[in-house]
Amino acid sequence: MKYALFPGCAAKGATPELYASTMKVVGRLGLDIVELEAFNCCGAGVITEADPDLAYTLNARTLATAEKMGINNVMTICGTCQGILGGANKNLQEDEALRERINRALKDTTGLEYHGTVEVKHLQWILVKDFGVDELGKFITHPLHVSIAPFYGCYILRPSRATGFDDWENPTSLEKLIRAVGAYPVEYDGRTKCCGFPVLLEKDQISLSMVAQNVGEAKEKGSDAMVTPCPLCHMSLDIYQERAEDRLQQEHPDQTLGVPILHLPQLLGLAMGFSPKELGMKRHLVSPAPLIEKIQ
Amino acid sequence: MRVKITVQKFNPEVDQKPYPRDYFVEASRGMTLLSALLKIKAETDGTLTFRASCRAAICGSCAMQVNGSQKLACKLPLKEELEHHGKIEVGPMANMPVIKDMVVQMNPFWEKVRAVDPFLMTKDGAEVPTEALKDLHEKLHNADGCILCGACVSACTAYEVSSGFLGPAALAKAYRFQADPRDQAHLPRLEALQGPDGIWDCVRCVFCVQVCPKDVRPMEQIVRLRRLSIDAGFSDSVEARHITEFTKVVGKEGRLNEALLPVLMTWGNIKKMLRIIPLGIKMFFHGKTPFPFKRVPGADQVRAIFKYWEKAK
Repeated sequence: MKYALFPGCAAKGATPELYASTMKVVGRLGLDIVELEAFNCCGAGVITEADPDLAYTLNARTLATAEKMGINNVMTICGTCQGILGGANKNLQEDEALRERINRALKDTTGLEYHGTVEVKHLQWILVKDFGVDELGKFITHPLHVSIAPFYGCYILRPSRATGFDDWENPTSLEKLIRAVGAYPVEYDGRTKCCGFPVLLEKDQISLSMVAQNVGEAKEKGSDAMVTPCPLCHMSLDIYQERAEDRLQQEHPDQTLGVPILHLPQLLGLAMGFSPKELGMKRHLVSPAPLIEKIQ
Repeated sequence: MRVKITVQKFNPEVDQKPYPRDYFVEASRGMTLLSALLKIKAETDGTLTFRASCRAAICGSCAMQVNGSQKLACKLPLKEELEHHGKIEVGPMANMPVIKDMVVQMNPFWEKVRAVDPFLMTKDGAEVPTEALKDLHEKLHNADGCILCGACVSACTAYEVSSGFLGPAALAKAYRFQADPRDQAHLPRLEALQGPDGIWDCVRCVFCVQVCPKDVRPMEQIVRLRRLSIDAGFSDSVEARHITEFTKVVGKEGRLNEALLPVLMTWGNIKKMLRIIPLGIKMFFHGKTPFPFKRVPGADQVRAIFKYWEKAK
């Protein structure tokens, strides 16, 4: 199966280690991938707040580009891109009047037209369903034997009518992948909650509380690291973890955080024998050193 | 079929903490969770306490957590839930203090709904227009479908960490009146929602949209309130600038630049800027600040799309 890779802004911007580790892993697995070089931002739910038609047209451009290349599967590597681009796709496919209106704008500005034949799938879903967990197991040369807390983030699960892969109440795909790399999934409430990223700059008391709560709970349950399919969750949980710890310690002076946060392809890459350096782990603000030490 | 229902029992007057108790009911075909709870109360344990009234998903009394999610007991087929989860675990709604078993303190909920002035208002005490409008329902985007059950507030992740937040139910209710053309107090109501516990506290986690038993989609109504706010001129805050500057950056560059956005959002707000600078420096040294002036292929097409909608609106 051929996939058009939609990298998303974060993988090409503030989390380049996501892009690097993705390319290593999909290359090793031999997935047939063509990158959408001239991709645009999905809008992250923010452009929709300004103008829904504008956001639809931007996403229709992505979908129409893949369609024109003769590719029916778009691969995302960001939970937020998956939710926004995938959700837009669903509505464009189901609502003919909407598709017509958006296509008028798209044709007028780019000459493209979207016919609704594309499916948008996150790498996480592709590995579980298209590729298969058993097949993935054949590439695992360095089973990890550590406890990993899955952190799904919001948009890969909700709203379920737009995502429709995992059961939003009880998702299992991340747990399946954690087991596939020989690690142990940690059960905790925070796994389907919000990372706080969307209001980090304007309402940091809310975001930091969420980071402290989710990372704190994962740590309490014995996690050696957390893994997420969304680079925005990664930014929130990694970059802001130190501040969240400061906030936590105002009330509980003895509590510490310091839980390394992994992008999904980094977790897979480690178990395939790539070095932490190859997977860009030096770019993390929370040091992955204790985890690396434990798996070596 | 005999079904086990595990209920989280709690009477703060006598119990130190909540504890689970198992009940068994002979489930008839199509039996709802509410029917089962009523049966348990009648036949097994008269102390089992919950709110319920209409039994038809109209009154909104019987919202509770079932297997960890907010649901109306009267709308939930027991067998389906059991098949889905392999168990039936029932407890009170979250984010609200428990009075007894599944009965929670709803006063803060009502106070917040009242705080958004959930009624038609007129200027200068003029009489409120009462004529029914033909196409009103469409204009309200189903915000008028709310039955005030509290499921969305119980599921709200922002409310969980910031209990002052007005919350999804009150804000959906606010939108219902903002969208009503008969209301003449749009501006003052919007202004009140700009405060620290208003529309900008929502983290867009989509839980409220997911759990609402009436498809009110509170988060989508909050997004509409944000758009109305910016259009009405409440556009100078860091919160509003998150939307406008984000959109501008993508309109110019084709993609978002995470190094540029925080600067544009907080421009002129010294306190906020001082707070982000140390993190910005750390990110720079970890190779996490993308160069802001890179040429992105396809940006000209994106700019054309922006121009099209600018002209159309």
